[in-house]
Amino acid sequence: MRHSTITWAAPTAFTLFSLLLWEAAVKLFNIPPFFLPPPTAIAEAFVRFGPAIASESLYTLITTLIGFAMAVVFGLGLGLLVGASRTIYAGLYPLMIGFNAVPKVAVVPILVLWFGIGGVPAVLTAFLISFFPIVVNVATGLATTEPELEDVLKVLGASRLDVMRKVGIPRALPYFFGSLKIAITLAFVGSVISESIASNHGIGNLMLQAQAQFQVPLIFAGLVALAVEGIVMYALMAWVEKRMTGWAHRGGHAA
Amino acid sequence: MAFVELAGVCHAYGGAGTPLAVENLDIAVEKGEFAAVVGPSGCGKSTLMKLATGLQFPQAGTVTVDGERVSRPVSLAGMAFQAPTLLPWRTTIDNVLLPLEIVRPHRSRIRRSRAAYRERAEELLAQVGLEGAGEKYPWELSGGMQMRASLCRALIHAPQLLMLDEPFGALDAFTREELWCVIRDLHRTTGVTIILVTHDLREAVFLADRVVVLTSRPGRVLEERRIDLPRPRELDVTFTPQFQTIVHEMRDHIIKARG
Ligand SMILES: Nc1ncnc2c1ncn2[C@@H]1O[C@H](COP(=O)(O)OP(=O)(O)OP(=O)(O)O)[C@@H](O)[C@H]1O
Ligand SMILES: [Mg+2]
Repeated sequence: MRHSTITWAAPTAFTLFSLLLWEAAVKLFNIPPFFLPPPTAIAEAFVRFGPAIASESLYTLITTLIGFAMAVVFGLGLGLLVGASRTIYAGLYPLMIGFNAVPKVAVVPILVLWFGIGGVPAVLTAFLISFFPIVVNVATGLATTEPELEDVLKVLGASRLDVMRKVGIPRALPYFFGSLKIAITLAFVGSVISESIASNHGIGNLMLQAQAQFQVPLIFAGLVALAVEGIVMYALMAWVEKRMTGWAHRGGHAA
Repeated sequence: MAFVELAGVCHAYGGAGTPLAVENLDIAVEKGEFAAVVGPSGCGKSTLMKLATGLQFPQAGTVTVDGERVSRPVSLAGMAFQAPTLLPWRTTIDNVLLPLEIVRPHRSRIRRSRAAYRERAEELLAQVGLEGAGEKYPWELSGGMQMRASLCRALIHAPQLLMLDEPFGALDAFTREELWCVIRDLHRTTGVTIILVTHDLREAVFLADRVVVLTSRPGRVLEERRIDLPRPRELDVTFTPQFQTIVHEMRDHIIKARG
């Protein structure tokens, strides 16, 4: 009981305190609002531009989720493939490392060239940036199957598929669900980058326009909207992870 | 012909021309016999297990099990290792039942008659002193209990051959001796043929009908010794002069051979 009170009260108190400090600092040091607006000005911007922020946030959220969903499907498939076969692993590994090394911002112009300005490049950037951790995690989970256990099953005539179904995939699931938290965060990065480079929609675009019009509180309001979306999706993924893989947290499943 | 027979077996993991893991191995184990294999680390004991169960195939020589030349995994064998390797997302009883979801003919039946199979698993658990622990998860069991469950998993499909690769290596001395008795009783009641790999000469002499000593890599048979201590053996036998003489003689022999 006391513990749960602390887990709620402490972050709330800290957040409120930081906001107060921010407000006070801006007032005290006379920082011009176009340089760093105080929290009250940001709240004002939220009220004034509420409908626009809401609709652009929704747009960004949907873009991100489509890209993320593609990353989950593709990442899971590729991860299973890479984890299951040493040949595929050896063949794809350098390619994937190379691909992952490319900053995804650099890919946006190519995507625009192919698909034009708009939602498609944003979805694809979100996808490209977020599938890699899923692949790596799923493949790692599969690869950590103990060889002794594999022997126990192979003696009984188990096929590769049997070993995957009974051991590999269940073992990879916590890794998979764990990677979703990282992937969703990255997906937001991808879609917002793409939106602020080449789109007429989304929070990224809204912030770019606000910047052009020198509406600094609105830029910060956009940031806050992104943070909220990111936190909510992260919490959702953390919840899913906990629900699906209770056994991996030992004893935690009893609570 | 012996139940398990390795004749002139050579094996190298990297294929012909690479360093041998075992060389010219001749070992025969009779049906129902309890054989123990001892030897220095890396001498090819685990390799021997893999060869006898059809997980590896020899470069030269033949491996025969139950009158048949081994050309695929030997599903009449059950295996247990030093690490219990239980699946943490399954309860103990579901871990024990895992082999039945793989091995023929049970794999096609287990869905329909899971209740009957569970009963059998519970009997086995009771035999090794784990009655009532079936619904627990592996992490709720002690190391010794996990090992017992792992033994049950190796035995659930009523194998005719039980392969144990240093099964007690990770346990404390008291738990280990408890489990010696568990294995001894399983051997007596089921009549299963057992090949036990171990580093512990006392363990080998206490449990086995015959102890095979291997040389260091590449493994060859250095000595074979029949243990004529009467059965059933109680733990007290390990304190008798007769028992200790056997252990000492074997130890001397091994040390001399290493020279
Ligand atoms: N999968 C493998 N690939 C290549 N070499 C292997 C493989 N497994 C074992 N070896 C080699 O074969 C030799 C025999 O190994 P093995 O595992 O049979 O030894 P062991 O007697 O079981 O040792 P220990 O007592 O330490 O378990 C070792 O030198 C080892 O390096
Ligand atoms: Mg070994």
